[in-house]
This record gives sequence, C-alpha cells and structure tokens, in this order.
Amino acid sequence: MKIFENVDQEEQAGNDTFLTKKMQRRNFLTYAGASAAGLALVAAGCKKDRHDFNRGIDLGTGDIGILNYAYALEQLEAAFYTKVAASFYRNIPAEEEMLFKDIRDHEIAHREFFKEALGNSAIPALEVDFSSIDFTSRTSVLATAKAFEDLGVSAYNGAGYLIENGAYLTIAGKIVSVEARHAAYIRDLITPGSFAGTDVVDANGLDKSRTPMEVLTIAKAYIKTEINASNLPS
Amino acid sequence: MNFLNILRDIEAIDPEITDRLSPRRDAIKNITSFGSKVALSALPFALGSMFKKAYGQTGTSSVNDVLNFALTLEYLEAEFYTTALQRTILTAQIPNATAKAALERIRDDENNHVAFLKSVLGTAAVEKPAFDFEAPFPTVFTSYGTFLAVSQAFEDTGVRAYKGQAPNLLGNKVVLTAALSIHSVEARHASHIRQMRKNMVDGLKPWITGTPTQANDSGVTAVDKVYADENSKMQAGVDITTLMGATAGSKISFSAAVEAFDEPLTKEAVLEIAGMFIVS
Repeated sequence: MKIFENVDQEEQAGNDTFLTKKMQRRNFLTYAGASAAGLALVAAGCKKDRHDFNRGIDLGTGDIGILNYAYALEQLEAAFYTKVAASFYRNIPAEEEMLFKDIRDHEIAHREFFKEALGNSAIPALEVDFSSIDFTSRTSVLATAKAFEDLGVSAYNGAGYLIENGAYLTIAGKIVSVEARHAAYIRDLITPGSFAGTDVVDANGLDKSRTPMEVLTIAKAYIKTEINASNLPS
Repeated sequence: MNFLNILRDIEAIDPEITDRLSPRRDAIKNITSFGSKVALSALPFALGSMFKKAYGQTGTSSVNDVLNFALTLEYLEAEFYTTALQRTILTAQIPNATAKAALERIRDDENNHVAFLKSVLGTAAVEKPAFDFEAPFPTVFTSYGTFLAVSQAFEDTGVRAYKGQAPNLLGNKVVLTAALSIHSVEARHASHIRQMRKNMVDGLKPWITGTPTQANDSGVTAVDKVYADENSKMQAGVDITTLMGATAGSKISFSAAVEAFDEPLTKEAVLEIAGMFIVS
C-alpha cells in the first residue's frame, strides 16, 4: 500500500513537471500570439460556427457520460484558477487572494474527485485555451470567473435530470451549490449586490439551467480538445 | 430555462403529460404557439400555470410532498425577510443602500419562490403555517447581527433541504430542474449573507468551512443542527483529503475538502429546524 502511494506521488510529481513545462511553453506561444489570437476569437464570435460535438474525445453514455461532462467542466475551472493563483493580478487584496485560492482548491477537489470516481472511464486531461484572458487584469479575470461559475451552475442545474443514479445526483447537488456560492462571491466583487442578479435569476426566483450542448457551445472557446457529447443522454 | 424546449422535452420524458395538460393531444401544439406569442415577462407565470396543470392537480403524491415541503420552507424564509424589512428598529441598523437592496432582493426571491411553488401545486398547496421568529431568537428583529445570523442559518438550511430532496425527483426534468434552480439561488443568497457577516464572525467565508471537530462555522451554537455533519471529508467513499492538491506533492486540505462539497439534510432534520419557528 505504502509503496503504491509512493509510486503514485512520484508519478504525480512527474506529471506536474511535465504539465508545468508544457504550460510554460504554451504561455510563451500565448503571449507571442496574443493579439492575433484575440482577433481570431472576435472573428469566431461574429460568425455562427456551429459545432455538433460529435467528434473528438467521447464523454460516453448514461451516468458515465454526465459525470465526464462534469469532469470536463471542472477541469476547465481548475485550470483557470490554477493559472490565476500562479500569478495574481497586481494589488489583489489579501482577502480576495485567500478566497481565490479557496476557489482554486475547491475546483481541484471537484476535478480530482471525478477523476478518482470515474477511474478507467474518465476522459483524459483536456487542453485549455485561455488566450482570450488577460490574467494581469482584475477585470478580465473576474469577468471570466463570473462566466465560468454562472455557466457551471446552469450546467449542473440543466443536467441533473439526466442522471439516473440518486447518489450521483446528490454528488452533483453537493457541488453545484458550492459553484453558486463562488458565483455569488465573484459577482459581488464585480458589482456589490449582484449575487443573484436578474441576468441569472428569473421572475420566479429560478436560476438558469442549460443543456450540455448549450454549455459546451459556450465552453468551447476555452477548450482546445475536441469533445464528443453525442452519446450523452438527452 | 427555454420554455418551448421544456414543453417539447416534457413530452419526450413524460408521455402522459399531454393527458395531464389536456385530454386532447392537439392542445400541446396550441400551447407551443401560445408560448411564442406571450411576452417574455409573462413567460415565468405561464410556465407556473403549466406546472400546475401538469403536476398540481393530478401529480404523484411524492412529487407534491417534495413541493409542499419546499413551499413550507419558502413560506418561512419569505415571512422572515418580509417581516424584518418592516421593522424600523432593524432597518435603521442596515449600514448602507447596497445591504438594504441585497436584503430586498433576497426577500423578493423568497416571495417569488412561494408564488411559483403555489402556482405549481395549485389546490394541493399547503397553507402557510403561523411563524414566530422571536420566540427562539428574541432579538432577531431588533439586532442586525442576530437577524443576519438567523438569515444565514435559513439560507444554508434551504440549500441543504433542496439537496436532500433531489433524489426523490430523480429523472423528473420539469420539477427536478426547477428545484435545482431554486437550490442554487438559495446558495447565492447564503454566499452573500455570509459576506455581509464576515466582519462579525472570525473566519466566516461565502462557503461553509469546518474542522474535524467543528461543523458549524456560523458562530452561533443555537443553530448547530443546521450544520450537522457539514464537516465531512468523505464523498461517495472517496476521502477528498487524499486527492492531489494545487501544488506538486500536496493534498487537498481538510477545510477545502469540507468547503468544496455542501451536504444534504433529510426532510426530518429540516422540519426539526423549521419547527423551532412554527407555532401552528
């Protein structure tokens, strides 16, 4: 047991080094091509390029598919906050820094939980694309964090009924309320009192819910790896 | 929520919906065209009446039980904020316009939840109980600090209550999605109220934290039951503190493991908490 743990840790350490190197190389590319990428993103936003999410990494079917879908979103969030916390924007207040590290750790816990729970059924690590985000700018980081958190809330809300196993549904419920706590905090940082703004909460007092296709269509601007969601339940 | 998609999807998930809504199958098509004509602002209420038709009058008792349980909690929250914001001794202590607007926003959300659930349940809706908030907390409407403490407890309870009921709505696209969509709003409220209290309680965060020996982070021991077992590090048999952390070789800390997952409460546990405030 102990031996396995040691091997595990070494493997993890090795992976981290590999990831870090890869990240550094990507950072260089990101910054070298920042303006071009920004323009490309604007262009992509203008034209309606439909993606059917029927090619690439297969999320799978049934509950496994939904858990992999959640795992993909948690990978995205964890990667984002890891990058935010690796080099915070200038003059970040102490409390803000502490709570951002909290959020990073929560998203990593979610990601690692899904990875562990899915075991051999887990999709591989996704490659993210944060070239549109200016990590030195508080405005850019907070706007992205808000978008990710509100998206995550709507994703879990919209996928809940697709889950067949009650225990998995409870797990999703345990996570989505934490995402909503994040969303409210981030929104309040941007505009105090906007924690449950009318852009997310409707006249019945209901939060948004989105289908996996709607969520992936929004998220794909930040995910390089192609995702096949065509086998998800609907 | 996409209104038209929901109607289409209900039909796919629950073929009997057409019979519940109208004996004539053609009615569904009429509803679709109706949906496209009504103004956007009217849609939520139109949706409410659809729910009522589908599940209020002929719905299964277990779904109605869950909805009535939710309604009872929403009655409690709605009356709590409505009463509080009418008490001038209390409102005089609200420190600024942002705080006041936030409390009004929460009050309105809770009242909207009541109206929504009542419209869904129709004649099956339970009556509003008589509440007494000042018996268990005598200064709740005279001390801003007490008021916020009870508010936090209510919001965190609401989050746990909806979460606990989710498995009873398994696979029910319409009702489960609505319940989850209220659940996350309660969590947004809880996060904000916790921010409003952060200078009153040492170490209070927008999320529920804990230690191996402390589940209640609210600073108010009278609400221990609201936070019972919130300090769990185990999820679906996985010890979260054994998982990889942010830096090479590190693990997820105990507090992060607690914060990252909110825990459900059973209906019985919630009713015991709510019962403190219910007179009849």
